[in-house]
Amino acid sequence: MLRTSNPEDLAVICKQIRRHIVTMTGAAKSGHPGGSLSAVETLVTLYWDVLNHDPANPKSAGRDRFILSKGHAAPVLYAVLAECGYTPVESLKTLRKIGSIYQGHPDVRYIPVLEASTGSLGEGLSLALGMGLAARLDNASWRTYVVLGDGEIQEGQIWEAAMFGAFNKVDNVCAIVDYNRLQLDGAVKDILDLEPLAAKWRAFGWHTLEVDGHDIPALQRAFAEAAATKGRPTCIVANTVKGKGVSFMEGNPKWHGVAPSPEEVELALKELA
Amino acid sequence: MPVNTKFEKKMGPATREAFGRTLAELGRENPNIVVGDADLTKSTMTTYFGKEFPGRLFECGIAEANMVAIGAGLAMAGKIPFVASFSAFVMTKGFEQLRCLVAYPNVNLKVVGTHSGISIGEDGPSQMSMEDLALACALPNFTVLSPADETATKWAVRWAAAHVGPVFIRTGRPKAPVVYDSSATFEAGKAVEVAAGTDVTLVATGLLVAEALLAAGQLAEEGISARVLDIHTIKPIDEAALAKAAAETGALVVAEEHLVDSGLGVRVAQALARTVPAPVEFIGLDRFAESGSPDELLDKYGLRAPQIVEAARRAVARKK
Repeated sequence: MLRTSNPEDLAVICKQIRRHIVTMTGAAKSGHPGGSLSAVETLVTLYWDVLNHDPANPKSAGRDRFILSKGHAAPVLYAVLAECGYTPVESLKTLRKIGSIYQGHPDVRYIPVLEASTGSLGEGLSLALGMGLAARLDNASWRTYVVLGDGEIQEGQIWEAAMFGAFNKVDNVCAIVDYNRLQLDGAVKDILDLEPLAAKWRAFGWHTLEVDGHDIPALQRAFAEAAATKGRPTCIVANTVKGKGVSFMEGNPKWHGVAPSPEEVELALKELA
Repeated sequence: MPVNTKFEKKMGPATREAFGRTLAELGRENPNIVVGDADLTKSTMTTYFGKEFPGRLFECGIAEANMVAIGAGLAMAGKIPFVASFSAFVMTKGFEQLRCLVAYPNVNLKVVGTHSGISIGEDGPSQMSMEDLALACALPNFTVLSPADETATKWAVRWAAAHVGPVFIRTGRPKAPVVYDSSATFEAGKAVEVAAGTDVTLVATGLLVAEALLAAGQLAEEGISARVLDIHTIKPIDEAALAKAAAETGALVVAEEHLVDSGLGVRVAQALARTVPAPVEFIGLDRFAESGSPDELLDKYGLRAPQIVEAARRAVARKK
């Protein structure tokens, strides 16, 4: 894979990832396109620019770790892993089919280069902190990044972990909240409001940044600040749009867990050309 | 080899105490051993480890779900974590994390439940774990251990540390009767025949092994020769030893400090249904208990030798 810090190059990769998301969920006839599309810039910036990782040596001890705690956004992770060269691009269309390595939610039994099987919400932040503690015990410099959904952080375990991470100063962990403001049943603010969200993370002791989660240079600056922050973990609240990049999906909760029809796939791919 | 023909009840350390001591020994031997606890270090006895290796004991506060998941993360990054709490809490509040983050991806985490069963005593039903074996056995990839005394617990903890894969170890609060001399050896998945016999087999685990040995002594006085099997490994269960017992003695009793409809008994019944069906009588719990001393509770809820003796008579009477 070709690494790059150039935002324009990264934006081109984002578009390709979005095409995969639309195509694969369309082929699967189920899945979660909305929350996959909202997290594209975050994952692309991490995998092509920020993370220390090597598809040719996927289990190197010093690699940075990435956990997709909002496991239902598996399509964005699969598209990224495939484009990085970890897994085949051709079979992305087998998403959710029996026997596919691209299971409904990320599964280490099928894709051993994944750091964790996820899918049950609220658990990934704790995992990331456990990994961060292990790195610290080993005096290792690798870092752990974990992407959380906004609806996901309604889970109580997130706040157990938030307390733990700040109290134990696990500063080699960076959490990103994909704040697309929609969950399955509707708007987050109408289901169980998270506001004031950044203030909550600050109150829990995290170094907290708020960025436009589709602004690649802003994400790059935030990841750099997270890495430079010592003595406490960092939470990046990434303000995003659910369904980003596909006009008819943007901001519509329907696309949390519904796949596009063949006609809708065609329409979306035209927009993403 | 039968190790007890005439059993006399002598008390040894609690199995949680044996766990804590052994964990500290392991800490000296292997720097990758780390520990998580949820504000109960002085009760689970991880305090021995924590005193020697404060940087390797992660106090998680009263947050068992997070503790289990932190342990899973440590294990995924190459550590050998033991997480401990009262069995009633770690297995229920941590169950979903055990299911998705440990069992499903087959992560190398060791879970130790202490204060299991009703023999925790005065604290009462909210702290009493009567379903931990059922929950642990419901987790694929897990090995489930239920040692009877200090010696068996030392083995269980050492075996868990050496084994690659998730393990649950059930331990208790009160002093445990000595079943084994310190030179006894164990094998995971292999029952120990702690008393030889030909007329009936008493199958037991944990504190009930000593009660079964006492019962065997009383049955001998009636002319009934009772074999006693200690099932220290609940999963995978020793189907061969159970089938052999059914074939050779023709009737069995299962005794456990656990809900009778979801613990060792049902697993024994399943093993026998698959191999050598035989009459089985079951001793266990069928309701929430109450506060009291451990001895008072074991008496009141019928987890003693006299109840095992009665059940053995019933089982023998059912033989064709």
